[in-house]
Amino acid sequence: MKLRPGQINRLFSTSSAAASEFRKEGFQSGRFTDIGTRQIFNEDHDMFRESVRKFYQEEVLPYHDQWEEEGQVSRELWLKAGDMGILGVNTPEEHGGIGGDWLSAAIVHEEQGYVNCSGPGFALHSDIVMRYITKYGTPEQIEKYIPDMTAGKKIGAIAMTEPGAGSDLQGVRTFAKKDGDDWVLNGSKVFITNGWMADVVIVVAITDKEAKSAAHGISLFLVDGDNPGFIKGKKLKKMGLRAQDTAELFFEDCRLPSSALLGGKAGLNAGFYQLMQELPQERLLISNLCMAACEFMFEETRDYVKQRKAFGKTLSKLQTIKHTLAEIKTETAVARGFLDRCNDLHNQRKLDTSTASMAKYYVTDLNNTVAYRCVQLHGGWGYMWEYPICKAYVDARVQTIYGGSNEIMKELISRDIEKDV
Amino acid sequence: TMARVLVGVKRVIDYAVKIRVKPDKSGVVTEGVKHSMNPFDEIAVEEAIRLKEKKFATEVIAVTCGPTQSQETLRTALAMGADRGIHVEIPADDYVKTGPLQISKIFAKLAEQEKANLIILGKQAIDGDNNQTAQMTAAVLDWAQGTFASELKLEGEKLTVVREVDGGLETIDLKMPAVVSADLRLNEPRYATLPNIMKAKKKKVAKLTAKDLGVDLASSIEILEVADPPQRLAGIKVENTEELVGKLKEAGLV
Repeated sequence: MKLRPGQINRLFSTSSAAASEFRKEGFQSGRFTDIGTRQIFNEDHDMFRESVRKFYQEEVLPYHDQWEEEGQVSRELWLKAGDMGILGVNTPEEHGGIGGDWLSAAIVHEEQGYVNCSGPGFALHSDIVMRYITKYGTPEQIEKYIPDMTAGKKIGAIAMTEPGAGSDLQGVRTFAKKDGDDWVLNGSKVFITNGWMADVVIVVAITDKEAKSAAHGISLFLVDGDNPGFIKGKKLKKMGLRAQDTAELFFEDCRLPSSALLGGKAGLNAGFYQLMQELPQERLLISNLCMAACEFMFEETRDYVKQRKAFGKTLSKLQTIKHTLAEIKTETAVARGFLDRCNDLHNQRKLDTSTASMAKYYVTDLNNTVAYRCVQLHGGWGYMWEYPICKAYVDARVQTIYGGSNEIMKELISRDIEKDV
Repeated sequence: TMARVLVGVKRVIDYAVKIRVKPDKSGVVTEGVKHSMNPFDEIAVEEAIRLKEKKFATEVIAVTCGPTQSQETLRTALAMGADRGIHVEIPADDYVKTGPLQISKIFAKLAEQEKANLIILGKQAIDGDNNQTAQMTAAVLDWAQGTFASELKLEGEKLTVVREVDGGLETIDLKMPAVVSADLRLNEPRYATLPNIMKAKKKKVAKLTAKDLGVDLASSIEILEVADPPQRLAGIKVENTEELVGKLKEAGLV
């Protein structure tokens, strides 16, 4: 039996393979977390999500308790994540990244939220640190860091915050002094995600004290983990994010070659503007993690109240419980609708600062109010560490504070409102 | 000789889904239910890809039989690393009646057509639990068979298969061409990575029907009824061993 001409060599587009089936939104589906939902995604995304979900289920979830005790994840995890191709997903292939779209990167954020494991600092590594290096770095800097960061061999961090300067970036004190061709760095940083394990840290430092405003005299440096004079203080004990190796970092006469200046000569005193350019993406990825956390908490709580008995019936039969869940689902669905638009906009590189700020402020606040109510619905057990909702609750708290506090978000949103239209 | 491998991939209800029987007892509910590749088939695909990576195979061709949606499963196989795919489309109504015999005839025909000399299949699919397709395919082709493989080694014309049998492991040598069925411990299937998912879009997939292959799908088996397994009844607690033995005797079990 021969094939008819045209039978073989026939290509079908993977994204339209099941175009006949209507793609529901997550809130129309059985669960928010169902694979194959949401119109911003296609079937390639579904397949990738399937792999990422398996990865978090098999390689992260079983070890997370231990990592919480150790205050950090394992280096092996980073290598496994590199093998699996979930680091640098949105980094162009020609730079040594995976070459996926932004929505694929968002899948990595969301799946981390769905597994309720806040330890791995993948999002910051891939979509903040790698993004700075590929966008502003010299070809040599890209070559030096990106392939290893994609492979999980080098872990990235970014050091902006100082004991005396958080949201107020212009208050940075860390100073890089020119010494011949070299730079000599002095100062300290705090609350640095991935700080303890970092092999490369982007350090925000003053390079021109005489600049007419502080913003004009800031530069970014790529500092290797083993650079003499770079001292890692300690892993900080935190309310939540227990498995995250958040650390304080010190620079004591830390001598850097001129090649450490991000972007080379062009990067000199351009740090503030480089940072400003990339902040919408940082805000969006925090929103992605928090939105997924809301969806996770809703599903978790719904399951809990369906089996928990009180007053002779299951909790889910009580009107007060039913209405609270209805409220949480509605608020989560509405926020998800907006955030999906933001991700779609960013996929086309059209997300602006004000919109990203609205997402960050709204979703991280929602994360906290949802967490509060979900713990309440769990009763006393919700206060016990062995219940996932307990961890979700403490992990929520910092979200309104970091990545630009929500007070700053409102400031940025209002600047846009004040403009003449 | 290098192997040219056909590997079978079946779309089944995902292992994590709680199966529900249709009210009319004609089958199980499949609409709106998550499906995935049969886990044993993932193992089969992985083994085929490893053979190719180790240069023991020239090409890995993934084959699926079933309705339009089966393409999803084929795409997963391509994203894992199969070179191309063949979708033998069987309309949903016919598919529920299709059994291992019909499928094995399809594989046999495709093996001849594609000049394949090795067919790797999952030992069974987790929906029908038939565990017959590999054996029947070997019979139809009159090829050697190595079922329940937990290890596979190809040296020239000789294929060594370590089989998982009740008493332990049995090692057999087969003369190629051969049919192998993959057991659970053969390997750990890889994840589909994003670059491979993207590459898979460019891979070729041929679509044909059983008729194109000259295979008659008529089955002599008729499904009379599909029912839930009987619910396990509550047990009783006994105070001591005497009472236990007494109860067992009462039930005629000792």
